[in-house]
Amino acid sequence: MLVPLSWLRDFAPFDADDDAATDALAETFNDLGMVVEGIERVGEGLDGVVVARVLEVHGIEGADKIRRVLVDDGTGEPVQVVCGAWNFDAGAVVPFARVGAVLPGDFEIGRRKMKGVESHGMICSGAELRMGGDGKGILLLAPDVAAPGTPLADALGIEPDVVFDLAIETNRPDAMSIAGVARDAAARLGLPFAIPESVVPDGPVATADVASVVVESPELSPRFTAKAILDVVVGPSTSLVQRRLTLAGMRPINNVVDASNYVMLELGQPTHPYDLDQLPGHGLLVRAARPGEVVRTLDGVDRAVGDGENCLICDANGDPVGIGGIMGGESSEISASTTRVLLEAAYFTPMAIARTSKRLGLRSEASARFERGCDPEGIERAVNRFVSLLGVGVPTAGLLDVRSLPLERPAIHVRTARVNSLLGTSLPTEQIAGYLEPIGFAVAAADAVGLDVVPPSFRPDVFEEIHVVEEVARHHGYANITRTVPRSPFVGQLTPFQKNRRHLREVLAGVGASETLGIPLIGPGEAARAGLAEDAIEASEPMAREESRLRTSLLPTLLRAVSFNGSHREPGAWLFEIGHVFLVPAHRSAPLPDERELLGVALAGADAVTAKRVLDVIGQEFHVDVSLAATEDAPGLHPTRTAAVLLDGQAVGYVGEIDPGVLAEWGIEERVGWIELELERFLPRERSYVQARPISRFPSSDIDLAFVVPDTVPAALVESTLRDAAGELLEAVHLFDVYRGQGVPEGARSLAYRLRFQAQDRTLTDGDVARVRAQVIAAVESSHAARLRG
Amino acid sequence: MDEREIKNIEEAAAARLEAARSLDELRAAEDGATGKRGALTQLNQRLKDVDAEARREFGRMLNEARSRLTSLAADRRTRLEADERRRRLEAERLDLGEVLPGPPRRGHLSLVTQTRDELEDVFVGMGFQVAEGPEVETDWHNFEALNIPKAHPARSGFDSLYLDWGDPESTLLRPHTSPVQIRLMQSQPPPIYAVMPGKVYRKDTPDASHNATFHQIEGLVVDRGITFGHLAGTIDSFVRAYFGRDVQSRLRPASFPFTEPSAEFEVTCAVCGGIGCRTCSGTGWIELGGCGMVHPNVFEAVGIDPEEWSGFAFGFGIDRCAIVRHGVSDIRVLLENDIRFIRQF
Repeated sequence: MLVPLSWLRDFAPFDADDDAATDALAETFNDLGMVVEGIERVGEGLDGVVVARVLEVHGIEGADKIRRVLVDDGTGEPVQVVCGAWNFDAGAVVPFARVGAVLPGDFEIGRRKMKGVESHGMICSGAELRMGGDGKGILLLAPDVAAPGTPLADALGIEPDVVFDLAIETNRPDAMSIAGVARDAAARLGLPFAIPESVVPDGPVATADVASVVVESPELSPRFTAKAILDVVVGPSTSLVQRRLTLAGMRPINNVVDASNYVMLELGQPTHPYDLDQLPGHGLLVRAARPGEVVRTLDGVDRAVGDGENCLICDANGDPVGIGGIMGGESSEISASTTRVLLEAAYFTPMAIARTSKRLGLRSEASARFERGCDPEGIERAVNRFVSLLGVGVPTAGLLDVRSLPLERPAIHVRTARVNSLLGTSLPTEQIAGYLEPIGFAVAAADAVGLDVVPPSFRPDVFEEIHVVEEVARHHGYANITRTVPRSPFVGQLTPFQKNRRHLREVLAGVGASETLGIPLIGPGEAARAGLAEDAIEASEPMAREESRLRTSLLPTLLRAVSFNGSHREPGAWLFEIGHVFLVPAHRSAPLPDERELLGVALAGADAVTAKRVLDVIGQEFHVDVSLAATEDAPGLHPTRTAAVLLDGQAVGYVGEIDPGVLAEWGIEERVGWIELELERFLPRERSYVQARPISRFPSSDIDLAFVVPDTVPAALVESTLRDAAGELLEAVHLFDVYRGQGVPEGARSLAYRLRFQAQDRTLTDGDVARVRAQVIAAVESSHAARLRG
Repeated sequence: MDEREIKNIEEAAAARLEAARSLDELRAAEDGATGKRGALTQLNQRLKDVDAEARREFGRMLNEARSRLTSLAADRRTRLEADERRRRLEAERLDLGEVLPGPPRRGHLSLVTQTRDELEDVFVGMGFQVAEGPEVETDWHNFEALNIPKAHPARSGFDSLYLDWGDPESTLLRPHTSPVQIRLMQSQPPPIYAVMPGKVYRKDTPDASHNATFHQIEGLVVDRGITFGHLAGTIDSFVRAYFGRDVQSRLRPASFPFTEPSAEFEVTCAVCGGIGCRTCSGTGWIELGGCGMVHPNVFEAVGIDPEEWSGFAFGFGIDRCAIVRHGVSDIRVLLENDIRFIRQF
């Protein structure tokens, strides 16, 4: 909201002496939660800018964008300038910056030469003078504004001013007005605040004799009033009104519309003026919209308003003339020929306005105020202010006032101890009252415990004790509350699971994989392209098709990442993500999807062997003994190069490669090794500590054994037989060679193991080693149709 | 035997020692001079053939010659060994600047993870636990319990993505991590000192400073006697710990449905240090997040007595912290998973 300082000073004597005073006031606004988003100083830099009359306009040879202009700047001699704007002709009255003038933004006007033509000054746009406008054309002045040579500031009555751009929080409808901002700031600064009363003598004609008001939907408009002003002459507003509207960001239109806008900006009460003679039946009827109704609003747009919660303002016959609280209609607009004005000033139900505004996609200055809650008791003041500001015409006697709103607001009990215990302050009750009264709260009673306060009608956001606590905090000043750090009774630490998850990331980074971030949504068909079922929970109203359903696997997201990097000349990217997937739960009645946290590792340019080795590193790091079970139906994965990962017999993920068909779908031209682990099942949730095994001080003995084993027997089984048979003298076993070919029958391969034996208490004899060797050979040969290779 | 012969033999032996070009040649020269069959040894054996007086004199001369030759050989050995070491080291010379890149190569954690871990660590140091929750939430946990009833105007500000699951508008991708606060308060009695980091989603068209998917961290403290002063003190401590000792924080009144009093908190602009620049729109402050005292209605929704317990909550964006600290000009790059970006950090 744009707030001119001069306007604020109508209500309280704010210091406007210098920049320091302005900055201090800005800090006050910030401290009160009316955040200053900008400060603009206007009306400065106009020294040397005068009123001038255009005498002649000529083209310049060889130039199609600029013209040569002669102006009378009051010095008697015509002055020649070159001008690039085309929105004027000879006879126009314009602002003229003489050579030597320094315009806002430190722009000094000098003598220049363009296309060989000398220019002795500049004809200015509104933007160049910081007086509004888009800078596309010259600011055209009224022909009789002042004699050429008159300083522009004098001619327009411009005074230097400061305009604050304030961001008003949604819970502060009172601050959506100049007077409301002034009240809050004055209270904080300890300055006297008053809204001047507008004294308007009523005319002889009773309002009821010229107009009527019927409210059929009091739930949408709990208070609706109207008053007429007769013998009105529509014309331009005073220069003060025009200037202030412009500074506040509104365009002056005519005295009637301007007065309505001025009152809204100043007091926060939107009003709507109708041409009484264009209102059939000379009255207003307020009702809910009916299905299928259409209203043409002031901006010339036909709007379908057919919803029972939309409030329509109609003429006395019930035909819509506007959308209540949001925008008036075209048919009863104020025009140059209007002589009788009917002014509507109402209170609309905030939630209904909010929903209507959202439904219609239509927001206005009025709806922004009504949806937050206007002051239902400020209507009389707003009407009087309108009439006095208009300054022409004769108001009718009395206000047509249809009201279903309760008059009194209940008092709120505010406990002093509660205020202090929530804020960490030690404010006495009187100080609390001292913060509340200047912002309109009435102290109804005070006792040893605290206060009974009645919030003002312009603070609909305050209706509980806690709301009053916030007001006390605001006016005491957040910065004045002593900061202390609370003492947690706990030792802060991550859970074992959280520590392990962090460690898992480090392990993966250690083997060379980098972490990606996935978004939880994918598009239709994406799961199928990754070899997954399309079954997924969908978004009701997605932003885009590509983000319209919950992912059920990390595959699509990582495939996207591998494909992206491959297509950016970065093949071979090793990537991993730890993220959530969302499975469709078995029961439709489950309140939430089956959400799981997964690790996905995509090793581009590497195969299943590498993936298995990375899995081994992970397994060793967390001291978990995983086993593998070959699987041909893991979705999206290579059917003959993938195994399920088992932990204590339970499936916790997969290791292997991505299906070549899937890779082709995603345009990936390299193998991609893959690991997928469900973290909740894989990562230890409890702390466990590996128990130390003493290192034997006696020498060890190694033997190598190669077995010819049928392909149908998994190598993992052979190894487990080896371990069992070797017993406790076995220190380590490594598979060091796998051979197929000459010397080994078809359908079998040679698996060569190195076994290291060692005892804790003695040096092993040749006999010891020979005995274990014989046991191992016998066990493997008998269990797996294997034979020792010669 | 005469003095001249001894001198000649010594000189010849010394010349051979000097001429040795390798340890092997040196060893041969030594053997030839002072070894078992060396020239000096042979002279020694001939001592018995000379008279007693001359024998003493020649014996002394021979011993002196042997001692000189032995010492010469030792010097020569030291020099040859040094030469040989130098030669070997020279042969192994390696310019480490011309080493070709190759394994092992470390991977890189996401910038968001790095930032999140650092933020978690600050709060863990202050005695907080780290709590997590589901990314898909019920409307009740996400809104109702947080004092945002159906049709509350604040709902529209969250741009929530609802899901086709259960009743209409009953399930959504969480637009903030606050529902984790609700779950935490439901699952454990106060006192509670916790932060809640996590992924959130809003229907927001991405631009240089917004992603639809982003990350938040929130904090919640519930205990007896918790005050607004504690909130301000906690924010201040965290800001100094994370951003630096000289960085200041301030609170400004704001409005959120789940806290009252509410505030936005700001930190001194990192770019200009608080003087005012373009990044901070000349104010010297950067808005970081929202905070406030937990609204009594929120406590009531989870069955905590607001007269016995009080608390505060705060929240801010992890991604924003990351891009400010690392000078990332376009936040969208965080989700592109471009390895060329990831491996910078």
